[in-house]
Amino acid sequence: MYKILEKRELASAIWLMKVHAPRVASSARPGQFVIVRADECGERIPLTVADYDAREGSVTIVIQTIGVSTKKICALDPGQCLADFAGPLGRPSEFVSEDLQTLRGKKILFVAGGVGTAPVYPQVKWLAEHGVRADVIVGAKNRDMLIMTEQMRAVAGNLYIATDDGSEGFKGLVTEVIRHLIEQQGRHYDLCVAIGPMIMMKFVALTTRDYGLKTIVSLNSLMVDGTGMCGACRVSVGGKTVFTCVDGPEFDAHLVDFDEAMRRQGMYRTQEQRALKIAEERAAGHKCRIGLDK
Amino acid sequence: MANKIARVPVREQDPQKRAANFEEVCYGYDIEEARKEASRCLNCKKPRCVEQCPVSIQIPRFISQVLQGDFAAASRTIAEDSSLPSVCGRVCPQETQCEGACILGIKGEPVAIGKLERFVGDWALEHPSPAGQTPPSNGHKVAVIGSGPSGLACASDLARMGYRVKIFEALHKVGGVLEYGIPEFRLPKERIVAASVENVKRLGVEFETDTIVGRTVTIDSLLEEEGYQAVFIGSGAGLPRFMGIPGENLNGVVSANEFLTRANLMKAYDSRYDTPIYVGRRVVVVGGGNVAMDAVRTAKRLGAEAFIVYRRSEAELPARVEEVHHARQEGIEFRMLTNPTEILGTEQGWVRGIRCVRMTLGEPDQSGRRSPVVVEGSEFEIECDVVIMALGTSPNPLIAATTAGLDTDRRGCVVADGQGVTSRPGVFAGGDAVTGAATVILAMGAGRKAARAIDEYIRNK
Ligand SMILES: Cc1cc2nc3c(=O)[nH]c(=O)nc-3n(C[C@H](O)[C@H](O)[C@H](O)COP(=O)(O)OP(=O)(O)OC[C@H]3O[C@@H](n4cnc5c(N)ncnc54)[C@H](O)[C@@H]3O)c2cc1C
Ligand code: SF4
Ligand code: FES
Repeated sequence: MYKILEKRELASAIWLMKVHAPRVASSARPGQFVIVRADECGERIPLTVADYDAREGSVTIVIQTIGVSTKKICALDPGQCLADFAGPLGRPSEFVSEDLQTLRGKKILFVAGGVGTAPVYPQVKWLAEHGVRADVIVGAKNRDMLIMTEQMRAVAGNLYIATDDGSEGFKGLVTEVIRHLIEQQGRHYDLCVAIGPMIMMKFVALTTRDYGLKTIVSLNSLMVDGTGMCGACRVSVGGKTVFTCVDGPEFDAHLVDFDEAMRRQGMYRTQEQRALKIAEERAAGHKCRIGLDK
Repeated sequence: MANKIARVPVREQDPQKRAANFEEVCYGYDIEEARKEASRCLNCKKPRCVEQCPVSIQIPRFISQVLQGDFAAASRTIAEDSSLPSVCGRVCPQETQCEGACILGIKGEPVAIGKLERFVGDWALEHPSPAGQTPPSNGHKVAVIGSGPSGLACASDLARMGYRVKIFEALHKVGGVLEYGIPEFRLPKERIVAASVENVKRLGVEFETDTIVGRTVTIDSLLEEEGYQAVFIGSGAGLPRFMGIPGENLNGVVSANEFLTRANLMKAYDSRYDTPIYVGRRVVVVGGGNVAMDAVRTAKRLGAEAFIVYRRSEAELPARVEEVHHARQEGIEFRMLTNPTEILGTEQGWVRGIRCVRMTLGEPDQSGRRSPVVVEGSEFEIECDVVIMALGTSPNPLIAATTAGLDTDRRGCVVADGQGVTSRPGVFAGGDAVTGAATVILAMGAGRKAARAIDEYIRNK
């Protein structure tokens, strides 16, 4: 059992949770994820690590409540426990193992969309701690949906904000900001890292391809085990089928078949919608009905 | 050598009924039936059955103890060589092992050794012996990776020798394939698997779930930082194979591992669980082993019309004979000598069918089975909305990739000798991680052998 140490609502339906998981905290690296289960009846949900503190033995995750399982996780309060919290899974971001000298000479641009801001944060923070200031573009629907802006500002080089309605920062899409930076401001980047909704990552990839800018994306495929055992998370990268959970989650964006990846994400949509309806009808505050969640 | 008493038939759930539920198919023998069946055994001087048992259980001895009604003694006899009789009695391929060799099988039906073993195992689970004295701790710690049959067997034996043993398991539940792969209707989870695990716990073995060796911890950190003197790798062969044919990434194509994990480990068939599963109306399962049979029968139970597509013929089906028989009774359709060449999709990218070719059998291959050859121009389509790939599995490369000095072979199997000794001192391995996908009894046996080798290694250290 993994105790919830802290919980805050960052924006509407986006929650931050700090969880006591000492083993995960001391092994986690930027780019990795965990598999979380709320209770004995819950699904195994992959969530990217948003922060970790080995000394405190804590790992922070940020969750958007979209389905039954994410709602169940977020319904738990500090002091209560998650049934499972397994990780860190996946490969760490490539730059973690790069030569620091070379890395320091690189200009890196991060593009974060919505709740994707959370997994971008530990990467930018890690780089800052190693003497690399990366630029960050954060995109959100509107000002209220922006998360972790202040934390990000503290570790980023330049921070650019884009909202769909212009309620904060630039009015428009993150891809327009990328074009603006490169074309109008004459910025040069050696690497772009984009994390957010699949559709955003797809369009960032299309944009950066025009500039020959190497781009990495972190895929949020469907998963079951997260250890390479089921193949639910398979994606096509460069025409080859790979498993997101063990070969990724980060891949070369220009090789990913995004259309297939988006279609595969919808594999259980009908079942999920039905489950959500049942859960809503059953009124708030789901309890594991077989009583194994004590 | 004929025997006057016919093999005692075993009671089973009605095929029509059971094709719609997940309760166990086979009820097993009661005391009377077991003793009657035991009376058929000739108690051979040179028992052929024992020779064919991978762990050499003293079969005629335990059977004669059943006949005398001394089930505790029978249980002790089996325990000398096997730690999972309730499981193996249910899932061993008896027809190619003990029962396949039984002398009575030459002219008639062999003794129902598997059913008797199951009877004794279940009796023992229902009559746990008063907590035996576990020997005092010898102060040494051993880490076991994976809680499948090999890990459980290795841990039990080491605990009995006085070691402090902890099993590290990647999943949230222990049992390995017994928990996530083999379905409830063949191997009840609470009554048999959990009870067998409970026995291991009673010996003082500790379990740590949600711990992925190679990620959460490493073999090096266990040996160097956590004070373990040896490690046993019993991580199985969990990596699913796909065919590499067009259409395999369509929505509706899943590995048997995914399908069975959702159904068994994640209890998708039980409405109290949140697990989604996509069953469709017509399911094609590709493969002919136990995994394929389990997947197809699970699909049937979840309401689909279910088919097996297998490239060889009935005689080559690697599944247990009993499972094939049960599958047929339950209305599973078999399309033999058929091989998929492409999975067909709708415009939206969902499976709508599978294109196959007919096969014929050619020359025997290395495994001695006649290898299938394509019949030219025999293409045809089967309409379906789900395709489940049950083509076999290989060991997960994670542990090998994160452990320096651990040799693996071409197929990714950890290289270990008959005692479980690997290329790295202090690291032992057994079960599917070494052999590739095999059987419960072999994994169990390998775990026990490795326990002896680990004991020897630590004593001589
Ligand atoms: C669907 C199905 C049906 C089968 N039917 C039969 C049958 O009827 N008869 C028969 O004899 N055999 C059958 N088998 C095969 C049999 O189950 C296996 O041979 C046996 O379970 C192997 O045991 P094991 O201990 O080597 O590994 P497993 O049972 O595979 O256990 C390995 C465990 O290690 C864990 N693990 C893996 N990697 C790590 C890691 N890095 N860190 C921590 N833990 C890890 C896994 O999660 C798993 O729990 C079947 C297999 C399947 C999949
Ligand atoms: S071979 Fe058959 S008859 Fe002989 S001891 Fe074994 S089970 Fe009994
Ligand atoms: S989640 Fe199962 S293989 Fe990736």
